[in-house]
Amino acid sequence: MFQILNEDGEVVNKDDMPNLSDDELKELMRRMVYTRILDQRSIALNRQGRLGFYAPTAGQEASQLGSHFALEKDDFILPGYRDVPQLIWHGLPLYQAFLFSKGHFHGNQMPEGVHALPPQIIIGAQYVQAAGVGLGLKMRGKKAVAITYTGDGGTSQGDFYEGMNFAGAYGAHNIFIVQNNGFAISVPREKQTAAKTLAQKAVAAGIEGLQVDGMDVLAVYAATKHARERAIAGEGPMLIETITYRYGPHTMAGDDPTRYRSADLDSEWEKKDPLVRFRKFLEGKNLWSEEAENEVIDKAKEDIKEAIKKADQYPKQKVTDFISNMFETLPNNLVEQMEEYKAKESK
Amino acid sequence: MAQMTMIQAITDALRVELKKDENVLVFGEDVGQNGGVFRATEGLQKEFGEDRVFDTPLAESGIGGLAIGLALQGYRPVPEIQFFGFVYEVIDSISGQMARMRYRSGGTQTAPITVRSPFGGGVHTPELHADSLEGLMAQQPGLKVVIPSTPYDAKGLLISAIRDNDPVIYLEHMKLYRSFRGEVPEGEYTIEIGKADVKREGKDVTIVTYGAMVHASLKAAEELEKNGIDVEVIDLRTVSPIDMETILESVKKTNRVVVVQEAQRQAGIAANVVAEIQERAILHLEAPVLRVTAPDTVYPFSEAEEVWLPNYNDIIEKVNTVVNF
Repeated sequence: MFQILNEDGEVVNKDDMPNLSDDELKELMRRMVYTRILDQRSIALNRQGRLGFYAPTAGQEASQLGSHFALEKDDFILPGYRDVPQLIWHGLPLYQAFLFSKGHFHGNQMPEGVHALPPQIIIGAQYVQAAGVGLGLKMRGKKAVAITYTGDGGTSQGDFYEGMNFAGAYGAHNIFIVQNNGFAISVPREKQTAAKTLAQKAVAAGIEGLQVDGMDVLAVYAATKHARERAIAGEGPMLIETITYRYGPHTMAGDDPTRYRSADLDSEWEKKDPLVRFRKFLEGKNLWSEEAENEVIDKAKEDIKEAIKKADQYPKQKVTDFISNMFETLPNNLVEQMEEYKAKESK
Repeated sequence: MAQMTMIQAITDALRVELKKDENVLVFGEDVGQNGGVFRATEGLQKEFGEDRVFDTPLAESGIGGLAIGLALQGYRPVPEIQFFGFVYEVIDSISGQMARMRYRSGGTQTAPITVRSPFGGGVHTPELHADSLEGLMAQQPGLKVVIPSTPYDAKGLLISAIRDNDPVIYLEHMKLYRSFRGEVPEGEYTIEIGKADVKREGKDVTIVTYGAMVHASLKAAEELEKNGIDVEVIDLRTVSPIDMETILESVKKTNRVVVVQEAQRQAGIAANVVAEIQERAILHLEAPVLRVTAPDTVYPFSEAEEVWLPNYNDIIEKVNTVVNF
């Protein structure tokens, strides 16, 4: 397993140490802390009924944000349903991420210049679509990649294999990430496949695969950066498996992880926490302090408070909005229904 | 004007669009150097290059995903599914994804994709080649479903489909590929999607149909004329959305309707046409609207196609029932 920082925040692999400035290192930590707070607040807001669908992210910060940090603005993200943080750091305003959670179409309206799709609910679909975006980027001659994420369970889908295989056959500009957090809802990763690693599934597509310590933000960053450089140099796509863990439930829709996960396992993974080890690493370099961390926490809480307020105040959806978003030119059945609902809505 | 088969008209439409818009991409299994299993893409790779017309790995779901991804990069994909019986492999990409792209992104992303695919019986294909599955597609909001029956319609509708900025499922009946030639204008012309065509005018009974059943209906109409029954034949050309305006105009004139489809009775789109007519024109009807369809069994083993597929005799019988109601 590819690793740079161990659990104590010590560099165990100097050769692959990514070339990041002090400011960049601090920014990475800021994003991870911010996202941990976002997760805590999102769970609380969900419990209060102020958010809807929410898939917890705590534990996966290195995997999600380390990989995102290696991207450029022109890169295209095809996220899964748990990958909202990457969208936020790619430019999706926080209040829109909350609208996505609540189930409002404005949450899915990517701002101009934010190259990404809304979170994909159909597990695997983002993989085949990513192959198309990756081929499109290659054909357009762009120095950019399409990156997509799925979980360990998702590697059992046909679209997972087809997506990688298509991208491989076309030498498309793709990075495929598998965030292996050990469980697909209640099903442990061992029940998905007899394969020893998920990264080795790259062999079936004839592409490069790498298993990375997904709790080590520097390793995830370095691996993604490497994959990106290879892809835009025309050396083909890459599959990266990040070994990670989610501390929370699968989603906030009634999943109870104590039914399938032991407290021992949780505490074992908490020792590997990506924030703990990166904090130690930065403190060792005098780049991080409790004060700096509290500043991020306060900022996150403030932003979240404002964003949820903005989401709450956003105009309610109408059936006529939905009708007008179906087609460029409405077919006759929808022209009729538009009139019908316009009349209803004006009452 | 040139005399063309439907397949030649389809190739011609693809050529016109490949030439006109550099974002048009044609891809699928064997569509490149081979020119397609029915020669629908014959010569196109040679003329436009491998970057525009290319083969894919053998995986329909991947083809659907590829089309969506390419559309997100500003291309105008025209993927082919070799036989529409294989659509089950790609239903998520079509119905679960591309059909919903504009809606789910609040209009910020679109899927200007035309999925071409052959279907239809009467040519003794092996299992799951000929099944009529347009009914599945017609039930998905966000899709338009086009089924031409003549070379002229095929070309004009395919050009319109490719230029449409929303996904269109374009189904090509295998039996109609080469069974006759028709006048097809050179160069570009379009036929509006969602517009039916009156293929034969009549005043006694309206037949609403599409695909190969258009020709069976026209043949039935000729026979019925000998018995003094004047049949109007409406070719829907687009089965979703349905052109109710043309149908209602005809119903108000003839007061009798038979809907004819090749699909099984529980499939296809005939029930939808009947429902729309009864909601909108029940006071104009002299008789119930009847349907000619295939039986509700799995598509037949090839030897049994003749006894299973609806034909012009079935149509004649139903028209007589409606006339004598």
